[in-house]
Amino acid sequence: MDTQIAAKKSVNQQANQSRGIWADSFSRLLRQKSAIFGLIIVVTLICAALFAPYIAPYNPEKGILGDRLQAPSEGHWFGTDSQGRDILSRIIFGSRISIQIGIITVGISLVVGTFMGALSGYFGGVLDLLVMRFIDIMMAFPYILLAIAITAVLGPSLVNAMIAIGIVGIPIYARVVRGAVLSVKENEYVEAARAVGCSKSRIIWRHVLPNCIAPIIVQATLGIGTAILDSAGLSFLGLGARPPKSEWGLMLNQGKDSLQTAPWAVMFPGLAILLVVLGFNLLGDGLRDALDPKLKE
Amino acid sequence: MLSYIFRRLLMIIPVLIGVSILAFLLIHLIPGDPAVAMLGERATPERIAHLEEVLGLDDPLYVQYGRFMGQILQGDFGRSIHSNSPVLWEMGQRFPATIELTIAAMIIAIVVGMGAGIISAVKPYSIFDHISMGTALVGVSMPIFWLGLMLIYLFGVKLGLLPPSGRLDVTIDLETVTNIYVLDAIITGNWVALKDALRHLIMPAVALGTIPMAMIARMTRSSMLEVMRQDFVRTARAKGLPEKTIVFRHALKNAFLPVLTVIGLQFGYLLGGAVMTEWIFSWPGIGRWMFMAIGARDFPIVQGGILLIATVFVFVNLIVDVLYSYVDPRIRYD
Amino acid sequence: MKFLHNKRVLTLVILLVFSVLVAGCGQDTGSSGTESKDDGGQQAAAPSEKVLIWGRGGDSSGLDPANVTDGESAKVTINIYDGLVKYQRDSTEVAPALAVDWETSEDGKTWTFNLREGVKFHDGTDFDADDVVFNFERWMNEDHEYHIGGTFDYWGYMFGGYPGVVESVTAVDQYTVEFKLASPMATFIANVAMFPFGIASPEAVKEHGEDYFKNPVGTGPFKFVEWAPDDKVVLVKNENYWGEQAKLDQLIFRSIPDNATRLMELQSGTIDIMDGITPDDVATIKNDDNYQLTLRPSMNVGYLAMNTEKEPFDDPKVRKAVNMAINKKEIINAFFAGLAKTAKNPLPPSLWGYNDAIEEYKFDPAQAKSLLAEAGFPNGFKTTLWAMPVPRPYFPQPQKIGEAMQANLAEIGIEAEIVSHDWTTYLDKTEHGEHDMAMLGWTGDNGDPDNFLYVLLDKDNAVAPAGNIAFYKNDELHDLLIEAQQEMDQDVRADLYKQAQVIIHEDAPWVPMSHSTPPIASKKTVSGYVPHPTGVEPLDTVDIQ
Repeated sequence: MDTQIAAKKSVNQQANQSRGIWADSFSRLLRQKSAIFGLIIVVTLICAALFAPYIAPYNPEKGILGDRLQAPSEGHWFGTDSQGRDILSRIIFGSRISIQIGIITVGISLVVGTFMGALSGYFGGVLDLLVMRFIDIMMAFPYILLAIAITAVLGPSLVNAMIAIGIVGIPIYARVVRGAVLSVKENEYVEAARAVGCSKSRIIWRHVLPNCIAPIIVQATLGIGTAILDSAGLSFLGLGARPPKSEWGLMLNQGKDSLQTAPWAVMFPGLAILLVVLGFNLLGDGLRDALDPKLKE
Repeated sequence: MLSYIFRRLLMIIPVLIGVSILAFLLIHLIPGDPAVAMLGERATPERIAHLEEVLGLDDPLYVQYGRFMGQILQGDFGRSIHSNSPVLWEMGQRFPATIELTIAAMIIAIVVGMGAGIISAVKPYSIFDHISMGTALVGVSMPIFWLGLMLIYLFGVKLGLLPPSGRLDVTIDLETVTNIYVLDAIITGNWVALKDALRHLIMPAVALGTIPMAMIARMTRSSMLEVMRQDFVRTARAKGLPEKTIVFRHALKNAFLPVLTVIGLQFGYLLGGAVMTEWIFSWPGIGRWMFMAIGARDFPIVQGGILLIATVFVFVNLIVDVLYSYVDPRIRYD
Repeated sequence: MKFLHNKRVLTLVILLVFSVLVAGCGQDTGSSGTESKDDGGQQAAAPSEKVLIWGRGGDSSGLDPANVTDGESAKVTINIYDGLVKYQRDSTEVAPALAVDWETSEDGKTWTFNLREGVKFHDGTDFDADDVVFNFERWMNEDHEYHIGGTFDYWGYMFGGYPGVVESVTAVDQYTVEFKLASPMATFIANVAMFPFGIASPEAVKEHGEDYFKNPVGTGPFKFVEWAPDDKVVLVKNENYWGEQAKLDQLIFRSIPDNATRLMELQSGTIDIMDGITPDDVATIKNDDNYQLTLRPSMNVGYLAMNTEKEPFDDPKVRKAVNMAINKKEIINAFFAGLAKTAKNPLPPSLWGYNDAIEEYKFDPAQAKSLLAEAGFPNGFKTTLWAMPVPRPYFPQPQKIGEAMQANLAEIGIEAEIVSHDWTTYLDKTEHGEHDMAMLGWTGDNGDPDNFLYVLLDKDNAVAPAGNIAFYKNDELHDLLIEAQQEMDQDVRADLYKQAQVIIHEDAPWVPMSHSTPPIASKKTVSGYVPHPTGVEPLDTVDIQ
């Protein structure tokens, strides 16, 4: 209920009011243990990315071949990989790439998807029909095969993998945003804005979308996790990051060659992916509950 | 109801046309000359030019698309560029394998996922709830191929409980009718093959079913919790109906709707998206086939395969939509 | 609503059936676990039957040898078909097969083969000279009625087009065939022995037409039974084989795409022998008494080609510097499990004509750096290094090898970015010279030096789509190679090829990296397996306890 009451206040006050809502939501978020756990993981990830050069014990891309596939030890906590590089350092530096993957892929899906969903939901009619049919077509394409085909078109690289995953993610955001816009646009404050003669784009961007932000945030948080998983999948198929990048999926793919002789080379990157994706999922779940208090008992 | 189905069927047509155009264009965007792909590494330029002419690769795109659709509509999916085998035959060999794996994965996902979801919803915040929802979250956070390899190493090599990969012990003779081995074994009464086929199914189905299982468990739990708070459940409780009746007759039935959506969508994804699982578990299915075909620029396979998967996906969703009204008579379509 | 109700019942029944099945198989697992491990997954075969299950990375693309170019197809077809002649078990010396002997005319333009009598195809039809004529005409004449089902690539490669060097094939009598060539061809007999030129039953070819690829009929030691695409190919012993009968009753090839899974299949006993072992797993096999490792004799070369048409690789000094910068020994120890020799020539050392007098460019980063400075790059330069996306026998871990090379090059200031594409694109783009440096390799087809030097380094093949992806052109070399092609005396040819290697070494268009001996792992119970240098061999001598 909060959202609507706040929204009914004058447009100018909205910013002030919503800070209150955000603060409320944040305190609700902090009341959930699992969400805190997720938040801790995500914050750790961000710290690792920010301070990677200071905390990583070795250069992540330089190894000594003579020291290859060493078991975890005091010198190398997570052991070394097939090129003799320190796995811990690679995982730490890999956090930068993971964040990059998360932000860029979700960014692509989010921007395009929001644009399509908002237009489609707000204007309805033929435009809606066209956009939704296009979304249907995209969804009918097998997700991973579409991503594979796109990387085949663009050539395998981390950037292209991110673009591919970003593109295949568009329909979800378009649908989420369209649904949210449909439910918001009939609200009184939107009617009011329309009545005072606001331009359509102003109504959409200033009034409708800000009130759809909760589901978008939730979807985006969950989407980062999915994006990291998908990019690991593409790397596994040899279509993602190029060596010697410390991308976790690539590390997993390379470590797989020594699954039995050097299991640490595949265990640790796998665990890193698992933890980080779990973190984003927990945080996304927590946000959902925090931003939509109706769902909470 | 029938008119609704009819209208939905009509809506499928533009989607399928769109898919076919997209599939067609996508393939022409992929770098690499199909004639080169076809003739191999050491082809002479003359042969390549000759073949391009034969294949009509010089024609304008819309002519090629028209020809392509004309053939598809006559049931002619062409022949693979690499093996020269008919695409339809290749599909017939692999699609049943994918269907078998998908159905097995969905059964595991639905049975385990809904079971866990229901118990969690009945006893929210209990230890069982925490454990099963925690497991579900870990399930959606794991790279499937990683899980698959661990499963094979543990159950296949270390414990020796299950065959590491494949569909059926190669020394077992099974007369194939539908190419869905479990079904074939039942039809022909070959119980040795049935047992072996099921044993081969377990690990890949678990690996593939993990994500839908987790999603179904979470969806079941949250939608049941929501329903259980609603008035009609309170009324039923007030009337003194046994809890079992409330959970299964009232709550579950109403909570089933969103779960059904997840099931429908996931089923569609699994059909085409099992690339990694099929790879790790040597499963001769459609995902692995398509992945190889994209890499090899085997255009007829990619086009035919995408059309097939998209068609199945669209129809599965249609069925889900129709089931909606069947599960929930309140929904009306007009 | 009536039908809806029925549907509900039906759904319920189906669901029930499946859950019972799933539950049932859960129980089975418990009780049969140990048993299935012991008998190695051969429950169904009678104990007296000898079945060998071969695990491999990919499926065959087809079983008509004339229409395939991939090793996975060849591996199977060589067991189904015989050619006129074949290679010895362990070398590329030519031996009799369907022809008992043969002779060539003075001018080298006429070849006469005397055929074996009493041979039957698997479909029961008799083999004679007309069948040989039918097969060769089918392969070489593009307007032949049965020149269908593919593009007969290998014929074109080996005999110079369609019909190429062969002018006519005639049946002199029921068991004599005569070939007339347009010009003498030193490699003719070695080419005829290759796997693509297995003689197929004309009856079967006519019957199946375009679908012959999945209904192969030859005269070989094994008969075709069944092919489940991407899963398995099943062959059984040919009881009526003209030669010594195969020791195995059944031979099954299974496609297991993932290397890690394939090893685990071997370890759990569900396959008997496998190829494509990840080098890091070699130690696992070596340390386990249940398995043995067999090494395939090397007839391959893995190389890093430098695009001599592009700066700065047009300068031989730069190419030599790169040669000195890469630590081959260390790379081979790390990524070949030591199972390779460092290369100094494009030819593998086992081939006649190999020039052992050539002095290898020694690993010497300091001298490499000064060479670079001499060439005008004291601070190095930026470039691309293309690494293959898929393992091949000559480069079992190409991406990792590429990474190690990249690290080596960085030491002398060359900053190389690793580029990769999927395999088809990779070949396509390197053939068109889009790379600066690219990894590639070659496994010999017929054991002739021409098959390496001319195909990979002659200027004739330096035009896109090029076999010579260094785009290296040297007229002196070209003259030597052409002369060797038309010379029939092997000693003279060997000498010509030795001179050719000196020129190539001096110009250094490649970094010749390695000659690998790809390992094959099998259970200790498998015996009689002899890997062939060409990478394909019949398995009729293999036995299993």
